[in-house]
Amino acid sequence: MATLRLRALRKSYGTAEIIKGVDLDIADREFAVFVGPSGCGKSTLLRMIAGLEEITDGDLFIDGARVNEVGPADRGLAMVFQSYALYPHMSVRDNMAFALKLAGASKAERAAKVAEASRILQLDAYLDRKPKDLSGGQRQRVAIGRAIVRHPKIFLFDEPLSNLDAALRGQMRIELARLHRDLAATMIYVTHDQVEAMTMADKIVVLQAGRIEQVGSPLELYHHPANLFVAGFIGSPRMNLLPVRVVSGDPAGVRVGLPGGGEVVVPVDSTRAAPGTGVTLGIRPEALKPGAEGALAGAVRHVERLGGLTLAHVAVTDSAVADGATVVAQIEGSAPVRVGETIRLTIDPGATHLFDGEGRALPHQSRHPLAA
Amino acid sequence: MVKQSLSRRIGIAVLGWGAAFVLFFPLLWMLLTSLKSEPEAVTPSIAFTPTLQAYGDVLARADYLAFALNSVIIAIGGTVLALALAIPAAYVMAFHPTKRTRSTLLWMLSTKMLPSVGVLVPIYLLFRTLGLLDTRIGLILVYTLMNLPIVVWMLFTFFKEVPNDILEAGRMDGARTGAEVWHLLLPLTLPGVASTGLLSLILCWNEAFWSLNLTSSAAAPLTAFIASFSSPQGLFFAKLSAASTVAVAPILVFGWLSQRQLVRGLTFGAVK
Repeated sequence: MATLRLRALRKSYGTAEIIKGVDLDIADREFAVFVGPSGCGKSTLLRMIAGLEEITDGDLFIDGARVNEVGPADRGLAMVFQSYALYPHMSVRDNMAFALKLAGASKAERAAKVAEASRILQLDAYLDRKPKDLSGGQRQRVAIGRAIVRHPKIFLFDEPLSNLDAALRGQMRIELARLHRDLAATMIYVTHDQVEAMTMADKIVVLQAGRIEQVGSPLELYHHPANLFVAGFIGSPRMNLLPVRVVSGDPAGVRVGLPGGGEVVVPVDSTRAAPGTGVTLGIRPEALKPGAEGALAGAVRHVERLGGLTLAHVAVTDSAVADGATVVAQIEGSAPVRVGETIRLTIDPGATHLFDGEGRALPHQSRHPLAA
Repeated sequence: MVKQSLSRRIGIAVLGWGAAFVLFFPLLWMLLTSLKSEPEAVTPSIAFTPTLQAYGDVLARADYLAFALNSVIIAIGGTVLALALAIPAAYVMAFHPTKRTRSTLLWMLSTKMLPSVGVLVPIYLLFRTLGLLDTRIGLILVYTLMNLPIVVWMLFTFFKEVPNDILEAGRMDGARTGAEVWHLLLPLTLPGVASTGLLSLILCWNEAFWSLNLTSSAAAPLTAFIASFSSPQGLFFAKLSAASTVAVAPILVFGWLSQRQLVRGLTFGAVK
């Protein structure tokens, strides 16, 4: 049982406010991911939870007890650092046993727990090595092992995979997700990589400039982004955003005019969109498909062939509203598009979004089945 | 590596040995003089019959072991105390700096620029009042304070090399400040701490100004032992050289044994 509650949490360095009032609940056994661009405060927030940064204002509760003034040594949390931060003068075994030794565990207990952790992480063969004799992936596993042996209330991960190469990162992502299931532990994970966030999280917390933009499950954020920032941040390739004008409000949604003269009905609440208002239309790249009746037309400027998929960058021209805007369409790998040709793109209205003048999403009329 | 020409290698070797000889020459001359008889000692001749006469005279006249014991106790005491005070100070300055840390460090170092004689009278009076004149503890205190700025500075630069992440990881593992310093910081900076301690030992051993002014007999270290041979009756070079040789011999041997450690410490962190 380990829950975390943040209430109006703030952090300032002098006059610069880094964390500007964060309220958040993380449930027992939840895998929460803090995601956001660099400098958004996600690592600072994690370090405040860890106790490595003082809390300027607000309250932090672990299992219902306020811990603002409790030092990192006494919060019962474990942290995996981006730099691994292994103790260079200790063997892998001693690295993992260090916390237990400090806690006064017996030699037998230490050996048993280190053996268990090294079995889970397949580190048995390396127990007597020093960190400098390990590869990056092995060091990362030792850092995780050091956290596991303590049976902490909450695991904290600060961009743990960013020093690994792409292949190893993919593998470690799966291992961490498996570890989360096996240990049934509460985990908080900080990353700037939205793929890591999408693939591992039960709950994603999107941060920008010291504030929470949105909290939700990965698919909730993907299908129901609360604002332009989340819409642009979650999803790869990122959502196409086009400035458009409202034509009319229909029972089926809001009809907006497209660059090039076409129209599309976005299935969102139409009560807040008066005709003529400038809004932003968001279209996921996979919602654009080549088709003779397509509402959008433009010249193909660039083609990225990824094998199974093709990304076509299309300049939607001939428009008073959005002159020179480029959209990315994610189409079949074998689609015969060529740079320079003009194509028409159909829009799947179900994967479109509308954002008002302040960047807030107009609510969809129905929830996505996977993001309920 | 580029292979150097033979003449260049010979040139460098000659230059290196030459420099070493120049630096070592005073010690060599002292050793040679100490092996001469008094009449020979005032001549620059190197053709003489070696004799241990001067050593015999010196050891007969003064209790060398008592002086040496004082030197050992005072040098070790001053070093241990300086490290005990400097480690926490350098830790705080390196890992929990404030706006004033830099200026505090500079101020500490600036006290080294003060001529010692400028504070001789106040210190002397203070020592007399406190009953510290001619006591080992008094000299230990003076040496500690004397070396503290440089010890703090050296430790500070060594501690700065340790990534903060590692100490934070220790804190997350349940280490309080004491355990953090003992289990992580000190083992990681051991070469640096050792060379700092060695330097402090050497400085304490060689210090003459305070030991001559604040001690007379009971706590007098080897520097006072040497000084006692420059007597009003005139200089007896052979005896003076013999006294100096036995006074510097222990620290010389010690320095020679620990030179690898010293060099390793002083270049610690220079190459990552």
